[in-house]
Amino acid sequence: MTQTDSFDDLRDLYQEVILDHGRRPRHAQRLDAFDSTAKGDNPMCGDRVQVWVKYDADTIGRVGFEARGCAISVASADLMAETVQGRSQTDARALFAAFREMARTGICPTCNAAVADALERLAPLSGVHEYPSRVKCATLPWHALIAALDGTKEASSE
Amino acid sequence: MNVMTNPTALDVERIRRDFPILKQTIRGKPLVFLDSAASAQKPRAVIDAMVNAMETQYANIHRGLHWMSERTTEAYESTRDAVAALMNANDRSEIVFTGNSTGAINLLAHSYGRGVLKRGQAVLISGMEHHSNIVPWQMLRDAHGIELRVAPVTDAGELDMAAFEALLEDGKVGLVAITHMSNVLGTITPAERIVRIAHAHGAKVMFDGSQAIVHRKVDVRALDCDFYVWTGHKLYGPTGIGVLWGKRDLLERMPPFMGGGDMISSVTYEQSTWAAVPHKFEAGTPAILEGIGLKAAIDYVQTIGYDAMAAHEASLTEHALARLAGIQGLHILGQAQDRGGVISFSLDKAHAHDVATLLDRQGIAVRAGHHCAEPLMHRFNLDSTARASFGIYTTHAEIDALADGLIRVREFFA
Repeated sequence: MTQTDSFDDLRDLYQEVILDHGRRPRHAQRLDAFDSTAKGDNPMCGDRVQVWVKYDADTIGRVGFEARGCAISVASADLMAETVQGRSQTDARALFAAFREMARTGICPTCNAAVADALERLAPLSGVHEYPSRVKCATLPWHALIAALDGTKEASSE
Repeated sequence: MNVMTNPTALDVERIRRDFPILKQTIRGKPLVFLDSAASAQKPRAVIDAMVNAMETQYANIHRGLHWMSERTTEAYESTRDAVAALMNANDRSEIVFTGNSTGAINLLAHSYGRGVLKRGQAVLISGMEHHSNIVPWQMLRDAHGIELRVAPVTDAGELDMAAFEALLEDGKVGLVAITHMSNVLGTITPAERIVRIAHAHGAKVMFDGSQAIVHRKVDVRALDCDFYVWTGHKLYGPTGIGVLWGKRDLLERMPPFMGGGDMISSVTYEQSTWAAVPHKFEAGTPAILEGIGLKAAIDYVQTIGYDAMAAHEASLTEHALARLAGIQGLHILGQAQDRGGVISFSLDKAHAHDVATLLDRQGIAVRAGHHCAEPLMHRFNLDSTARASFGIYTTHAEIDALADGLIRVREFFA
C-alpha cells in the first residue's frame, strides 16, 4: 500500500530468492539437443512442467524446463536445474529425496554431507511445509526430472 | 415472504454473531472468509440442531417402532416438507435426498439417462458447467449412446442463447442439464427462457442450482423446469445432504439408482418391487443428522429472507466489482449482466495460487484453481483464477480487506 510496506508477513514462504527465480528463471528453456525429457502434471491445480536433460558423460550436463504454474513451482524448477547440473544421477536422486523430505517437514534429518551444499541452495523453499497443498508445487519439477532420468515420459506429483 | 421487509435491512453484525467460526483469528488476523461458494459456514442453529438430535433423540429412521426412532423420523421427514416449501414444489414426494449435487446429478444421469432417454437422443449442457454436471453425462454418453452437446459461452461469460437454441433445433435433445448460476463467473443463467425454449423443442430441463439456491429464491413451479438439484452445505447447512427435485410423473417413470434397504416395497429372491417416490431413490440409511441440520439451515435463511440476502449480496458484489476494477493489472473473468456474489479474477505477474497463499497470509480465504470447471477455464485461455465469493455474513469491510490485500500482493510481485 505504501512504499514503506515491509511485506514481512508475506516473506516467510516467498523469500527474495524465490521471487527472483520465479520472475526471472535462468533455465526456463527447451533444450535443442537433449537425451531425455519428461512432463509433470498436477491435475489438482493445473500446474504443468516439462523437463529436458542433456548428459555430459556420467553427469547431468544441462537441464532446461518449461513450466506453467505458480512462482513456487517455477522457482523450484529453476533452482533444481541449477543444483543438479554437473551432478551424477545418483546424487540428483539423493538430492531429490532430501529435498522432498525438507519440503514436507521443513527439516531434513537424513541429509548427508554429499548434498548439504545443494540443499542449502534449495532451503528457501522449505517454507512450503506449512502449506500442504503447496508442497506439490515445489516437488513437481523434481518428479518430472526423475521421470526423465528413469526414461519414462510422464510424472505426476504424489 | 414478508413484503414489508426492507430488503436492505439485513443486520450483518447480528448475523455474524450467529456463526461461531467467524470469531476465529487466522495467523493472528481476523478471519476474512471469502470462500462460501465452495462451502458456507454454519450458524449456531444448525450446529445445535445436530448436536441436540444426537444428545436427545437419535435413532435410525423409517423402521423403528420406538420413541426415539419415531421422533427422529419426524425430524428428518420434516426437512422434506421444508425443502418442498423452500422450492415451492407441488408435493413433498418430489423431494429426493441425495449426498450432494453430484449425487443428485449422477442419480438423474443414471435413472433418467439410462431409463428414460433413448439411444440417439442428446443431453445439452453449457460451457460453464462444474465437472459434476459434465462427467456424469460423459459417462452416460459412453455407456448408453447418448450424444453430449455443449452450448457455448460468450466472451462476457453469458450463455450464447442463439447457439443454445440452434443446438435444440433438430429435436434430438431429450434433456438440458445446465447451471442456474456459474460457480466461476457468477453468471445467473436466464432460467425461464431456457425452460421455454427447451420445452418448445421437446426437451426436459434440469438446473444445477448448487450456487443459485444460496442467492435467489428458487420457485420450481414458476420456473416450470423438470428437475432441480442443489446441496445443503452451500446453504449454511451440513455436508452430506443434497436434493434432487423432480416433477412427480418424471420421477415415477425413472428406475431406481441404487438398490438396498429403504427403497423397496417387498423383496424375494426372485424379484423385488420398489417403494414409491421419493423412497425408491433413497437406498440405505440416509444422512439423518445432516437432514436435521439442513432443516435448521432452511429455517435460518427463511427467517432472514431471500429478498434481504439477495439485496445484501448485490450490494457486496457491486462494491467488490468497483474496488477490484480499481486495481491495476487485475482482470475479472465474466461480465454477465445478471450475476451473483462470486467473482473470479486474475492478476498480472502473479499466479492464482500465489495470490491465494499471499492473501491467506493476511487472514483472507479465497479459492484458487480451475474451480472444477476446466473446460470453462480453457474457453478463456486460463489454467486457473482466484475466486472470492460472498455469504450472508460477508461485510463491506471484508471486501475492502480483500482489495487492500490484493494491492499488497500486486506490489509484492511488482
